[in-house]
Amino acid sequence: MASEGKPVNPPGTYLKRQDLERLPGLIRYKPSVKYLFAAGEALSRFLKGLKEGKILGVKCPVCGRVYVPPRAYCEYCHVPTSEWVELPGTGVVHTAVVSYIATDRSRMEKPEIVGVIRLDAPGYREDSYEFAGLFHKLCGVTPEQVMDGSVIGMKVKPRWKPPEERTGSITDIECFEPVEGGEQ
Amino acid sequence: MRVNLHVKDRVAIVGAGMTLFRRRLLETPRELAWEAARQALNEAGLTLRDIDCIVTGTAPDAFDGVHFNGEYLADGAGGFGKPVSRVYVGGGTGVMVPIAAWWHAASGHCDTVLAVAEEKMSPAMPHPQYVFAYIWDPILERPLGPNLIWIFAMEMRRYMYKCGAKKEDIALVSVKNKRNALDHPAAQAAAKITVEDVLNSELLVWPVNRLDISPVSDGAVALVIAREKTARRITDSPVWVEGVGFTLDNTHWYNRELAYPRYVQYAARMAYRMAGIERPWKEIDVAEPYDPFDYKELHHIEGLMLARPCEAWKLVKEGYFDRDGELPTSPSGGLLGVGNPIAAAGLMKVAEIFWQLRYEAGKRQVKKPVHKGVAQAWGDLMQAGTVIVLGN
Amino acid sequence: MAKAAIIGVGWYGPRPTTPEVSFREMVFEAASRAYADAGVDPRKDVDAFISAQEDFWEGIAIADEFAPEPVGGVLRPTFTVAGDGLQALAHAVMMIETGMFDIVAVESHAKPSDIATLGEIYDLALDPLHIRPVKPANPLFMMALDAQAYMLRTGADASHFALVSAEERVRGLNNPRASFAGKVSIDEILDSEPVMDPLTRYDIAGFADASVVLVVARPDLAEKYTSKPVYIEGVGFATETGTGTLEWHTWGRMPSMRIAALRAYSQAGIGDPLSSTDFAEVEDRASPYLLMSLEELGLAPEGEAHKLYERGEYEYDGYYPVNPSGGSLAMGVALEATGLLRLLEAVLQLRGEAGAHQLSDAERAIVASWRGPPTTTSAVVVLSGPSC
Repeated sequence: MASEGKPVNPPGTYLKRQDLERLPGLIRYKPSVKYLFAAGEALSRFLKGLKEGKILGVKCPVCGRVYVPPRAYCEYCHVPTSEWVELPGTGVVHTAVVSYIATDRSRMEKPEIVGVIRLDAPGYREDSYEFAGLFHKLCGVTPEQVMDGSVIGMKVKPRWKPPEERTGSITDIECFEPVEGGEQ
Repeated sequence: MRVNLHVKDRVAIVGAGMTLFRRRLLETPRELAWEAARQALNEAGLTLRDIDCIVTGTAPDAFDGVHFNGEYLADGAGGFGKPVSRVYVGGGTGVMVPIAAWWHAASGHCDTVLAVAEEKMSPAMPHPQYVFAYIWDPILERPLGPNLIWIFAMEMRRYMYKCGAKKEDIALVSVKNKRNALDHPAAQAAAKITVEDVLNSELLVWPVNRLDISPVSDGAVALVIAREKTARRITDSPVWVEGVGFTLDNTHWYNRELAYPRYVQYAARMAYRMAGIERPWKEIDVAEPYDPFDYKELHHIEGLMLARPCEAWKLVKEGYFDRDGELPTSPSGGLLGVGNPIAAAGLMKVAEIFWQLRYEAGKRQVKKPVHKGVAQAWGDLMQAGTVIVLGN
Repeated sequence: MAKAAIIGVGWYGPRPTTPEVSFREMVFEAASRAYADAGVDPRKDVDAFISAQEDFWEGIAIADEFAPEPVGGVLRPTFTVAGDGLQALAHAVMMIETGMFDIVAVESHAKPSDIATLGEIYDLALDPLHIRPVKPANPLFMMALDAQAYMLRTGADASHFALVSAEERVRGLNNPRASFAGKVSIDEILDSEPVMDPLTRYDIAGFADASVVLVVARPDLAEKYTSKPVYIEGVGFATETGTGTLEWHTWGRMPSMRIAALRAYSQAGIGDPLSSTDFAEVEDRASPYLLMSLEELGLAPEGEAHKLYERGEYEYDGYYPVNPSGGSLAMGVALEATGLLRLLEAVLQLRGEAGAHQLSDAERAIVASWRGPPTTTSAVVVLSGPSC
């Protein structure tokens, strides 16, 4: 029984940032891989809907779940989905956070509030584990509301970009904002 | 799946090794894999010649900046003219590696297996977090410019809301794990800190501060796994793989409840059933739940059914999960304390349970007698649960 | 004794482009066909799901995230093997042999048409410290080096490679899954500009989008589901060395395929593959590899593959048919799904469902695939048909 405990003398040579930069032959490489992702049947139709200011879902003929974002198949029943439905777009905030950092971890000038929106959609029991929903930005709410928890459960609706600026992207919705008088 | 407690062959872990976990290491990924593999072989008293098959694990290829990362690592991990394969479930990879190694041996295909997990996050520029920009759905999520910490923060926020936990309750996990890591010779982020230190550290994405998160790390870990007959020849104290489980939930993480990780529970049930464990909260003596973030340890303790949903944060306060507590969790110091070279971190947790069950953890050895331990990792878009149950 | 049985197959493509579907929809199509073929419900009958894919091919870091939904693996044991589909199949076989899993689904897909910079991804596969900085003009250089070494060792010349390329493409005309099939003469190939000497563009297979899904079961359960099970008698895979030590590769040979074959043959109890099997589907993402494969698999004596090929021994009605499907040269390289495409063609032959290119005698087969440059990893499977 080793008294000092395993692992004994784990190998490895720590480098400080400056040490690394002083290493001979340090290689810098910037990959430039690019892709053209085919959105496919289901998402193409969804993105087209966004351009027209509509949030579309698709229904599983077996279990009745309405999927937003739509998929061509039901992941729980493994059958093709068929019936398209237009949703009102309203929903409630499932969770929300205040971000002070950007994708590359640099500090943001102005913090951004993002969250998950549980959309009003048929096919789910209230408070079911699964739901139709989107990940998006929230506007018209304050960091304090996120921190004190009052934002969770808040009724929200999409704020659309003007039609001429929409491109058929998830960003055609600028953000989700509170429904007037809809706060609980 | 059939309930089958008597699989074809029993399989044991007979050696473990690891490198230092550090923010930036001189060694290349292949060298790290080799160092860890060599340590594990030494501990088992074997040479590479004695190894039949290799299973490797490493998470996003983009960290190393190498396509076919498994092929790149192969020779470093000892994969020279042998069956070599790489398994992959994002952050859950570290525990998936010994699970796959288990079936290499349990099926009779290989007598001895070297399981190696490596991660070198530091080469990614400008910051390793940028690599995570590419884990998101390219059409629906990437256009919003997300940061990885967002999803964790959203999950933590939901857990706090559902379970009534406060930031200071959750910070206790970070305090505990960083303290535990003070006794770990490979640890990168061991520290004596207080809840206030966590709350006052840099605010990244509310409710997540800098000290709620494990660090960016380089490192590698390796295990030697063998079938029963061989294992008994190698050592008097083999640690048996008694249960394995893994589950992947759907990709659409924003289409489900975030307060409870049902996929971890499914994976745990699979592993417990194989191990013949009916009451994990009583039968498990020591646990290494995956803790890249402090709330995650609580989340996973609940998913592993070691505490009831929403109760783990209360038990932390009572010292229930301390090294001298009723059910010690992350006695190694976890990812928060030892470091988080993604795939290697998961395998480090398995190595810790191995050492605990052999009473070789030195100052980290938990107070109570140990018979069964569980290690777990988690990954992908809050979807993957991988669980392994070990017994001595 | 069989180790496992393939009770269902499904596929989408292979085709050079598939803009109509996302990669997930492509996998769903293939999976639905495979489950219908096997008569199983993936949500109830399948115990585990394996996906074979690589991050950079997908353009997604941690592409495993997208594995479960289209194959029906949500909330089930699902994981990814970052390797060729045949390696994933080997995992499925091992899982079944532990006694813990009865039915495992194996999936692999490729959508090279979604990749705008395929060459750059091949560059990324080279060692970043001592090969990438050399900036090889073509990251597939390994294939030409192997070809040169093979010619030097065996005395074969470019005309042998051209013969393979022409023959495979013509064979593909009988295969509805062969988008790159066509009539091309040997002279046309020899007169065309080399891409990397000695290989012309005809010698190198094109890329194709595809998805293949297999349903693999415990052998004693197979007949419960299908009247045409195809049994896996042996499966082996091996890596010669890491891509970081590509210099150590034995040029002009494929030692990994030899090791994999020996493992698979010993499991299947095969001494002489030529006499105990009826045909093979082998590696041919560049024409010389077909000849090399024949030697590594023990289907041709050392250094003789090109001569036997020239004599027509491997034709449809030859002594031992090889790649009746037209191989990758006719069907395209579907990244990690390439090995499963070879396997799919062999399964259809063994079930007597190959259509216009059905062999009259197809009871036992060898399937062999390499992961492609710059890897030195291969996998080999021995299959037997329902009537065997």
